[in-house]
Amino acid sequence: MSAAAVPEGVARRARNGLGLLLIAYLISLVAYGLVGLGQRGEVPGDLGPYALAIGAAFAAGWIAVRVLAPRADPVLFPTAAVLAGLGLALLYRLRPTVAGEQATWLILGVVTFIVVLLAIRDDRQLDGYTYTIGLAGLILLLLPIVPGLGFEENGARLWIRIAGYSFQPAEFGRILIVIFLASYLASRRELLAAGVGRFGFPRAKDLGPLLLAWGASLGVLFLERDMGASLLLFGVFVVMLWVATGRWSFLAIGAVLFAIGGWLGYTAFGHVQTRIDYWLHALEPDKVHDLGYGQLAQSWFALASGGIVGTGIGQGSPDLIPYVASDFIFSAIGEELGLLGTTVVLLLFLILIGRGLRVGVERQDSFGKLLAVGLTTVIALQTFVIVGGVTRLIPLTGLPLPLVSYGGTSRVATFIILALLVRLSAGRWDGVVWRRRKDAT
Amino acid sequence: MDRQIRRLGIALVALFAVLFGQVAYVQVFAAERIADSPGNATRQIRAEFEVERGQIIAADRRTVLARSVEAGPNQVYRFRREYPEGDLFGHVTGYYSRIFGRAGIEQAFNQYLAGTAPELAVSNVTDLILGRTKKGASVYTTIWPELQRVAREALGGQPGAVAAIDPRTGDVLALYSNPGFDPNVLSSGSDRAIRSAWDELNGDASKPLLSKAFQELFLPGSGFKIVTASAELERDASVDTPWPNPHVLDLPTTDDDLTNYGGALCAGGASQVTTLVAFQQSCNVTFGVMGLDLYGERTGNFGLSDQADAYGFCMTNPPEVTGCDEPRIPFALPFQNGRFPEAGYFADRIPARAYAAVGLDNVLTNPLHMALAAGAIANGGEMMAPRIVTSVRDAQGRTVREFGTESVSRPISRGTAAEMTQLMLSVTQGGTASSAFSGFGIPVAGKTGTATTGDDSPPNAWFSAFAPAGTGEPPRIAVSVIVLEGGGLGDAATGGQIAAPIARAVIDAYLDG
Repeated sequence: MSAAAVPEGVARRARNGLGLLLIAYLISLVAYGLVGLGQRGEVPGDLGPYALAIGAAFAAGWIAVRVLAPRADPVLFPTAAVLAGLGLALLYRLRPTVAGEQATWLILGVVTFIVVLLAIRDDRQLDGYTYTIGLAGLILLLLPIVPGLGFEENGARLWIRIAGYSFQPAEFGRILIVIFLASYLASRRELLAAGVGRFGFPRAKDLGPLLLAWGASLGVLFLERDMGASLLLFGVFVVMLWVATGRWSFLAIGAVLFAIGGWLGYTAFGHVQTRIDYWLHALEPDKVHDLGYGQLAQSWFALASGGIVGTGIGQGSPDLIPYVASDFIFSAIGEELGLLGTTVVLLLFLILIGRGLRVGVERQDSFGKLLAVGLTTVIALQTFVIVGGVTRLIPLTGLPLPLVSYGGTSRVATFIILALLVRLSAGRWDGVVWRRRKDAT
Repeated sequence: MDRQIRRLGIALVALFAVLFGQVAYVQVFAAERIADSPGNATRQIRAEFEVERGQIIAADRRTVLARSVEAGPNQVYRFRREYPEGDLFGHVTGYYSRIFGRAGIEQAFNQYLAGTAPELAVSNVTDLILGRTKKGASVYTTIWPELQRVAREALGGQPGAVAAIDPRTGDVLALYSNPGFDPNVLSSGSDRAIRSAWDELNGDASKPLLSKAFQELFLPGSGFKIVTASAELERDASVDTPWPNPHVLDLPTTDDDLTNYGGALCAGGASQVTTLVAFQQSCNVTFGVMGLDLYGERTGNFGLSDQADAYGFCMTNPPEVTGCDEPRIPFALPFQNGRFPEAGYFADRIPARAYAAVGLDNVLTNPLHMALAAGAIANGGEMMAPRIVTSVRDAQGRTVREFGTESVSRPISRGTAAEMTQLMLSVTQGGTASSAFSGFGIPVAGKTGTATTGDDSPPNAWFSAFAPAGTGEPPRIAVSVIVLEGGGLGDAATGGQIAAPIARAVIDAYLDG
């Protein structure tokens, strides 16, 4: 490794990153300005302070990546910045009163992003406390069940309130569980990969973790009635197990367990049944005015009214969609920005996912690979479940669209995932600069 | 592991491809069908509010009945619908509400007013090319504002309705009903104000949203004798045919009796009366006899059902069949045609034959239908379909659509029409409406009606007429008036006393003006 090669590569990456970030910044500002123009016929009065605040946040995030993880993937943060900036402009359009609060959350998210990069200088730190982290994740996941602490909203018990502030601990619990799984599977993958019989059926004791994860998912489903979180947890676990072992039988068993869990959920309580009923019969004329069916009908109406190019920001009627700022923000994008807007959003998520998986491929260690895959899968599945839900591809399970939807917890949690991916991509490994294959040539 | 990660990448891309496919399906391929579904009404109406809607114009081609005006800054919608005449034309224009949809002409001619009709496609494209703002087309109606105003004044706040048509064309000259509603309250204002106005209108027992002139149905009473007399004249009777005139008609198979109005003797108690005198004096008993006479015991035919059918009444068979699946008389607005039972209904209901002949039992109608029936007599026996819109013009004043006149049926021959005119003229000349028309310069042919609704409420008073009658020139107006529940006169109300003067005022205003 020559001394001159490193700075040169670093400089090239940094340039790319900065250009992308400027584009992200520009898109965020233009979107914000257009909201004012489209909705009230004037540029928002606070565009200046807004530009400054967002600019400062984006710049801080970028500098943090440069300084704290100089060899990191340059695309991850700017891509996330576009989505977050777009989301903020949309929230300003949909719920002007909470826009300031959400801008604060975005800044807090970036701050958290920097703090994570600062705190975890070496991702191997995370590999050292497998069970502590796993336990902490489980506790966070199940915290809303604790009486007096957790409370129910819209039929799901996933919130806790501490000192007047409420948040969804599962968003953070999920990340800890993924870290635990990466750590656990990295050390056991060879054992788990050893099968029995012709079909490579896992040994009974290797099924333990799978059943445990299944149990935890069902616990979330039954105790908190949060189908989205339950689905996500189980999906991520099965994917990580499969990636770690390369055994299709785990996928098959996972599918069977998923089916059993779904069936249990369907027969055990009305929540799942009604969701499926809403999904199948959303557009029946006499049901359109019922909230459950109506939200899906309105989502379709919004998407259909938007067509290819959309009505233009501020010109549509996304106010007719219930929960438009959280679960249904994708429908609002579809109405006002059309198929062009929804395609761009899906592509941005695909870029994040592609970059995340690339980190996994480029890492040389099992833990790093599994963690990158797990974190990426969280974002991918979450996006698929909510977008599929609001477009009626699958029954709706309420989840925020990462980075875009209203909600502080989700925004901060996603920035933690990003920070971890950035850290993993920077590849500091035991004090030695881990070299990307590309740089080695 | 890298192989799995790559496979995972492919799987995730595939998942997103399916997602994209679904989004494209909803936003492009099925978009039109989904967006046009009825559940999406709010969005559709909001889109309409972005276009300057066409005007609704009166027959004088000046008076604006409905127009769109800029809503001003800080409004959700660019345009606001305005009805300058308040409640005077409420039932004609209908309302255009962003919350409760449309009614009346606003509904029936919405495609033109909103500028979405196929006829307007060329004009819309031209607008687009020339950079002109898209505007809806204007609808020209047949309603005369002055006549509408006279109808309102003549009713003088009594509950009731007036319908006036031109018998030659079917053009609706006036169509007023009281109580009415001001469409402004449903079309502009805050959502809360609109909702509360809507609740109030719908909660009102007098049904102000429905026009009593053509959307509700009432017992016609003696006013229906126009049809009964037509049936007899079409058979073999003449104006001079003598009929028995007992004091009371003892109806077969029951204890029921049919008496004259107020139980009085008709025509001074003569043992026989001619068709003309029976009609002129509105002898119930004699018409009851005609009703029994019109039923063909051998054939099972009922001449009165046939005649009502020819006049455009919907055939019913109460109590099972009372509705009108297919309107008999075409009209742009939702029009409740009159109802009359089919012959089968009368087979084992002998008294009903007599009651039906005097417009009781299950006979129902409204002023517009009665005006059309009177108009058919005025028009030499040919009944014209009512027409309320003659043309549609785009924002540049080009006529994009014209609506012609349409003949519905020929309920009576020309000869019968002449005889009927003779009968109806006698009503205003020495008959039940003579006092209302004393000193009136124009010869009017009419028929009174006083229908007791059965319960203890005062009777509904009717008068249906046309003018000028019997002068050799074709009559130019046919009008029918109903005053509900005795109007200002209570139990003492009769068609001649309370409804006829209103018809006179309308005829006077139209033929003088």
